[in-house]
Amino acid sequence: MKPRGKRGLVILFGVLAIGVAAGLVLNALNSNIAFFVTPTEVLQGKAPKSQAFRVGGMVKEGSIKRDNLTVSFVITDTVREIPVSYTGILPDLFKEGKGAVVQGKLEASGRFLASEVLAKHDENYMPPEAQHAVDQAQRTVAKP
Amino acid sequence: MIAEIGHFALILALCASFIQGVIPLIGAQRGRSDWIALARPTCQTSFVLVGISFAALTWCFYVNDFSVAYVAGHSNTQLPIMYRLSAVWGGHEGSLLLWVFMLVSWAFSVAQLSKTLDSAMVARVLAVLGLITFGLLLFVLFTSNPFNRLFPVPAEGRDLNPLLQDPGLIFHPPMLYMGYVGLSVAFAFAIAALIAGQLDAAWARWSRPWTTVAWAFLTFGIALGSWWAYYELGWGGWWFWDPVENASFVPWLIATALIHSLAMTEKRGSFKSWTVLLAIAGFSMSLLGTFLVRSGVLTSVHAFATDPTRGIFILLLFSIVVGTSLTLFAWRASQVKSIGHFEIVSRESFILMGNVFLVVAAGSVLLGTLYPLLIDALSLGKISVGPPYFNAVFVPLMTPVALLMAFTPLMRWKQDRLPEAVLRIKWAGVTAGLAAVIMPLLMGQWTPLVALGCFLAVWVGGSVVIQVAGRLRSGFPPISYWGMQFAHFGIAVFMIGVTMVGGFQEEKDVRMDIGDSVTVGGHQLVFKNLASVRGPNYMAARGTFEMRREGRVLRELYPEKRNYFSSSMPMTEAGIDIGLTRDIYVSLGEPLEGSAWAVRVYYKPFVDWIWGGCVLMGLGGFFAIADRRYRTAKVKRHSLVLGSKAAA
Repeated sequence: MKPRGKRGLVILFGVLAIGVAAGLVLNALNSNIAFFVTPTEVLQGKAPKSQAFRVGGMVKEGSIKRDNLTVSFVITDTVREIPVSYTGILPDLFKEGKGAVVQGKLEASGRFLASEVLAKHDENYMPPEAQHAVDQAQRTVAKP
Repeated sequence: MIAEIGHFALILALCASFIQGVIPLIGAQRGRSDWIALARPTCQTSFVLVGISFAALTWCFYVNDFSVAYVAGHSNTQLPIMYRLSAVWGGHEGSLLLWVFMLVSWAFSVAQLSKTLDSAMVARVLAVLGLITFGLLLFVLFTSNPFNRLFPVPAEGRDLNPLLQDPGLIFHPPMLYMGYVGLSVAFAFAIAALIAGQLDAAWARWSRPWTTVAWAFLTFGIALGSWWAYYELGWGGWWFWDPVENASFVPWLIATALIHSLAMTEKRGSFKSWTVLLAIAGFSMSLLGTFLVRSGVLTSVHAFATDPTRGIFILLLFSIVVGTSLTLFAWRASQVKSIGHFEIVSRESFILMGNVFLVVAAGSVLLGTLYPLLIDALSLGKISVGPPYFNAVFVPLMTPVALLMAFTPLMRWKQDRLPEAVLRIKWAGVTAGLAAVIMPLLMGQWTPLVALGCFLAVWVGGSVVIQVAGRLRSGFPPISYWGMQFAHFGIAVFMIGVTMVGGFQEEKDVRMDIGDSVTVGGHQLVFKNLASVRGPNYMAARGTFEMRREGRVLRELYPEKRNYFSSSMPMTEAGIDIGLTRDIYVSLGEPLEGSAWAVRVYYKPFVDWIWGGCVLMGLGGFFAIADRRYRTAKVKRHSLVLGSKAAA
């Protein structure tokens, strides 16, 4: 094969592979993105309706209640609060008064049904999303 | 005092690496042999100085010198000695020092093992490595100095994160960094060859063993990290598509493409520009990975406390490296002539196709990793991209790679005929087809995805068997021959593991009181009792679980929930029964009322094949460099002349 033909082959093949990949990527991104929303935004109705999303903030003191493997607690950005339910085993560093991020869906009753509670791995580390939620809420409080 | 020596050595190393990076490079361009001769000694000096600095930091940990802020933050008098020493790379500053130490070690090895290489070329390679060392040392000294003093001196250190107090974590970072940083050598060779305008077979031959070794270390490092996550994080998964995992996996994919394309450049003189681009991309991805991990922009297992200046510094370094090397490439690329013509049906073109898929896969993993950052930077909201994205994109892109992988080594260079090639591999195809039907049924249920996994694994493994059987007819091959066979067979073993775990694992979260039992994967687990035990620096609740199969008691498992004295952070230690065909995994979740616990039990079929496959791959890398050609004397340079003739 002549060098020009070879280069053409390379380009054609590369374009094809990238095209396939782009299709896969767009398709997969569409259905697998979780938006991050603060508790305040959830209560303002800004949360996605049909899709799973993430909420971050602090676990409210004294709010953890267990019923066998089902745990309920409250996530707060220090201004607004959201009740959350989760069935399963919580990560080691999940504690009252500490930052947490949960992923799941909002039920019609306003209760957040978490399918996943995200772990952090250092007791001094605050998940950026949880920090963001608290900062946002504090800013809106400070403004008026 | 020792800390100051370490700090001072680091500053001297900065100066030495600057000289190493500038003088030999200019010398090589101007043909001044006295300037060229500076490359080796300055490189050796940098190595010794960074070594002193690393030893000094290790000493500070050994003697519990809490006046050093980094030691106080990551160690504790109660910490067992081996974790005190591995705590050296347990935090941001120390792990960067390890990074630089690995870098100068690689440079030092190049300086020592390149006696037969053209001295101007060595000077350029060492100079490029020197410049990278200089940039990273600047970073360490100005943003992440591990020798900063703390006043007042605390009586006790804050301790190493309990998650990191584990044998797996002693070896995971050094292995991973060996690989990560080792890609800098391939990069330096490519840049040196671009500067010199000598992209010939000699260049490819010299880069190959270095790249292969770096790749092998990277494979081991990633596998160790995955194994650690499996048993230590208590989640029982082996890969989470965590951004930081991706940060090491993207360079691995590129490096895999690079070792194949280098082989082709060396043997056939083709795809020179492509190989150079891959070498540049590989190291750039290593730097980008370092940025992602160290800047704290990501939520991840590896995220340390954030300091924006650090992120900006690495991003700047990354831009300089990528910018200058691509500019250099653009300037020189037109002079690069590839030789060796071939047809569409040939080994060359099949390797190339595999390469393209690997690079596109690396690109889509990178995209999924950076997408949330991009969206955030554009103020379009905060999002996360979950594992389903990566599975949905990655699996379809890897399927053709596995298909090609079995075919390509059985094909002829330059030109082959498809029907003949198919005949050569027909037995692998037939066996794989049968396996795709039978294996899933043996495991319990036939699903298309499991069938595909079994097909590909047996297909790749079968091809290796065909090749080896063919080769053995003409005598026992040398060690280097086994390199590729081991690596490819490792992929087959790995795919079996991934397929079986993905298709047939069982996970149960249950409430268990003493005396309760649960059945998972045909095994019954009985919660016998719970005891309190004391470790060197923790107290643990230890459960005893009896494992039975068909009424017969096999053994007991002891999962623990540990509370370390120095922190309020509890830690889960899983109890695992490791087997060739399955793991049984128990971990304690949290205490419920009375003596009941939330318990997590897993049945993981063939999970150890995942890491076993990685070990085979890594070993393959080391076998491959045993090739005698890499140790023979000066490589003849006439291939360049030949190259220009053929292209004319």
